[in-house]
Amino acid sequence: MLETWVVIVIAFAYLALLFAIAYYADQRADAGRSVINSPYIYSLSLAVYATAWTFYGSVGRAAENGVGFLPIYIGPTLMIALWWVVMRKILRISKQNRITSLADFVASRYGKSALLGGVVTVIAVIGILPYISLQLKAVSASFTTVAGAVPGLGDTALWVALILAAFTILFGTRHIDTAEHHEGMVAAVAFESLVKLLAFVAVGAWVTWGLYRGFGDIFARVAAEPALSPMLAPFGGVGGDYSSWIWLTMLSMLAIMFLPRQFQVTVIENKNEDHLRKAIWLFPLYMLAINVFVLPIAFGGLLHFPSGSVDADSFVLTLPMSQKQELLTLVVFIGGLSAATGMVIVETIALSTMVCNDLVMPVLLRMRALRLNQRADLTGLLLGIRRGAIVLILLLGYLYFKLAGEAYALVSIGLISFAAVAQFAPAALGGIFWKGGTRRGALAGLSAGFLVWCYTLLLPAFARSAWLPIGFLEHGPFGIELLKPLALFGVSGLDQITHAMIWSMVANVGAYVAVSLLHAPGAEEHRQATLFVDVFKRPADAGGARVWRGSASAPELFNLLARFVGLRAASDAFAEFSKKPLPEAELVHLVENQLAGVIGAASAHIMLASVVKEEALTLDEVRAVLDEASQIVVYSHRLEQKSQELERATQELRAANERLTELDRMKDEFVSTVSHELRTPLTSIRSFTEILNDNPQLPAAERARFLGIVIKETERLTRLIGQVLDVSRLESGRVEWHESLLDMREVIEDTAASTSQLFRERNVRLECNLPGRVPKVRADLDRIVQVVVNLLSNAVKFIEPGQGRVEVALAEDGGFLRVDVRDNGPGISPQHHELIFEKFRQAGDPLTGKPQGSGLGLYISRRIIEHSGGRLWVESRPGQGACFSFTLPLVSEAALAA
Amino acid sequence: MEQFDVRGQRLAALCLLGLVLFSYPVLAVFNVHGTIAGIPVLYAYFFIAWGALIALMALVIERRRE
Repeated sequence: MLETWVVIVIAFAYLALLFAIAYYADQRADAGRSVINSPYIYSLSLAVYATAWTFYGSVGRAAENGVGFLPIYIGPTLMIALWWVVMRKILRISKQNRITSLADFVASRYGKSALLGGVVTVIAVIGILPYISLQLKAVSASFTTVAGAVPGLGDTALWVALILAAFTILFGTRHIDTAEHHEGMVAAVAFESLVKLLAFVAVGAWVTWGLYRGFGDIFARVAAEPALSPMLAPFGGVGGDYSSWIWLTMLSMLAIMFLPRQFQVTVIENKNEDHLRKAIWLFPLYMLAINVFVLPIAFGGLLHFPSGSVDADSFVLTLPMSQKQELLTLVVFIGGLSAATGMVIVETIALSTMVCNDLVMPVLLRMRALRLNQRADLTGLLLGIRRGAIVLILLLGYLYFKLAGEAYALVSIGLISFAAVAQFAPAALGGIFWKGGTRRGALAGLSAGFLVWCYTLLLPAFARSAWLPIGFLEHGPFGIELLKPLALFGVSGLDQITHAMIWSMVANVGAYVAVSLLHAPGAEEHRQATLFVDVFKRPADAGGARVWRGSASAPELFNLLARFVGLRAASDAFAEFSKKPLPEAELVHLVENQLAGVIGAASAHIMLASVVKEEALTLDEVRAVLDEASQIVVYSHRLEQKSQELERATQELRAANERLTELDRMKDEFVSTVSHELRTPLTSIRSFTEILNDNPQLPAAERARFLGIVIKETERLTRLIGQVLDVSRLESGRVEWHESLLDMREVIEDTAASTSQLFRERNVRLECNLPGRVPKVRADLDRIVQVVVNLLSNAVKFIEPGQGRVEVALAEDGGFLRVDVRDNGPGISPQHHELIFEKFRQAGDPLTGKPQGSGLGLYISRRIIEHSGGRLWVESRPGQGACFSFTLPLVSEAALAA
Repeated sequence: MEQFDVRGQRLAALCLLGLVLFSYPVLAVFNVHGTIAGIPVLYAYFFIAWGALIALMALVIERRRE
């Protein structure tokens, strides 16, 4: 055992060294040459996660159940993998909103709610007390182990608490920073992280290679020891089941985000978002390194000391002490001191900021009797509150240690705190990804989760230490078995932490989501929710200054700021922004931001309300401004739509153009065809009339024949012109339709009769196979006759005279009446089946075959039939005749009756 | 969206991989007696898998922008 005074002197010398480092870093920061602006320092400062729990407790945990210490470090490794998404967002939000603590973050997200900030603070303080007591216990125990009890001093833990309080006050509350940066503290903590890692690795290496002959040796001895060998495959036995292991991993994943000190070093003290990149793998690497020797030390201790004679939590110290390794013992003691003090300093500074900004100040500012609004300088008051909070928190930690801590191992104490801070996860994580989360929801979730935590973890801890009747644990309150704190609603068989985690998370998440969905958020909440969730979608300094309407005078704002941050800092802040004149709203925003950096968003909001005549914003106004971003999205979406429409229009235009070109070509063809068609009869009319004119002495028979030809050609001409006129009328829609009820039998018989002359001329037989009675159709009689005439004359036209035969059939065909005109002519090849229905198109080779008609008949017929609601088509194969068919819809019985 | 860049997705995938590696039933596979180079199988697995995960995270985050 070392001399007591030596240990005390060295401990104080070490603390003095830390203070010197912090002082130096602060000086450098004031000079604008920060020493902590490096990803490596940032990563090391994150290692404040490794506390006395890691330094002493992990070995104790490993000696108890083998693997149980690991999830506490593997969980954070997994969580950190998500940091690129999650933590970067939190960092961005916090910088934009000048967040000063976890409580501030949550309060700010839910409409700068002072109540919510207060609730978070209370939960954090109560939840962290066990954790702080763990550090006090570890430091006092390690001191007693190394130096022995100091006579006349009384309780070592109390002294440790007081000394640490004094040290933290010196460290963290020397002055007020407008952004809550504690560069000195960060530098000291980073240094401590190095010290504790080196100390632990030193003792680990000494145990592994000094005391034993390497890893293999230790594990081989453990395997040979029947009492210890189960620890080598511990799951399902000493190591507990897999589910509690997984729950511990989950719990640690949340703890690395929401422990107040982790939030402090990761978010508040972050100098540069880009430092996260290195930290994402360096910090996990640190955790891996500090855990490599946990098992060798634990097993070494178990092998070395007779079972139960030495507390496993102190193996790190007692192993070198047992071999009279005084220097190593001292190094380990300093390492443990580093781990504990680092945690206590950062944790209490973070908590004292929360207590000051989110608990005390909002209350004081609302107490009008104190007339705080009129006080000239409030920086002293702020510092006083923080110092008081630090002392109070450490004394409460000591009290917890006295009341409940002594019955538990280090890790079990720490896990209670982990479960407490995990309660922040739904409100905080939900808050940055879900706009629907509301203030009431967050309050409900936090309260519900915290109450379950108190009931299932805190109260049992007191009961175990005999501060509550133990019957409360064994039989439930008032003997109600269902409410037993360790087996709520009869759920048993889980370890205490898993049990508490499951029930508190069910209560927390359930209440958060349910209450959030039940109540619509207010205007301020909606604004903050959008600022937080859409932080990456907004320009960096959009901040939300414009979401404000009111009036304030610049001198008033300046005075307000000066009262809280001091005259100099206020002048600096105003000078920086006075280069260009600011709109009033942005000035107010600037002051609120600066104030928020000192007293938290909720307090700043209250403070500002005293000098600013803010007009209440309606929810609609806030929505209108905030939804600007989403409107931009809508605009760009519309733009995209427009361009798509344009593209479509272009395509339509192109298609129309092609169609026009085609029509143009067809028009040319039409003109040439028509002029050709017109010229043929005109030519013959002219030549025959010239003959008649020139030869008055022609015989009467000859004259009559020529006149007949002239008449026929004239008729042909008339027909052709009629068709052209029909086409133009049909296409322009100027046709008058005189619809009436038709009996198609009569129509066909009449038409056959009127065209019989044509058939006789060409010696073609016409057969009409008409049923006895058919239903009537509604159509224009003249037009339908025109169609039938066209089909019949077409059939005749193409048939070889002599053996030709045309058959007309009429039949009912499922709601339609069908007319077939079948001939035994040359037929039409399939590629022409649709072509012949186009204008001026005729089957047959236009070069060799002489056109036999105008090429308008079928086109006109199809238009007529389609207008009447039917269909006209052809079925044919070359050499086998053709069958033109059309249908007309039957008139329904109801329509007939009407 | 910026926060869901490729890097973020790869890291999230590594998180999921880690969750699988360090939970039932994978752990049960290694929860056996026996040693690898003198180290008990389970502990060797823990530290190798953990180290590999960190190495992959470093690789993803430090790789130059593509």
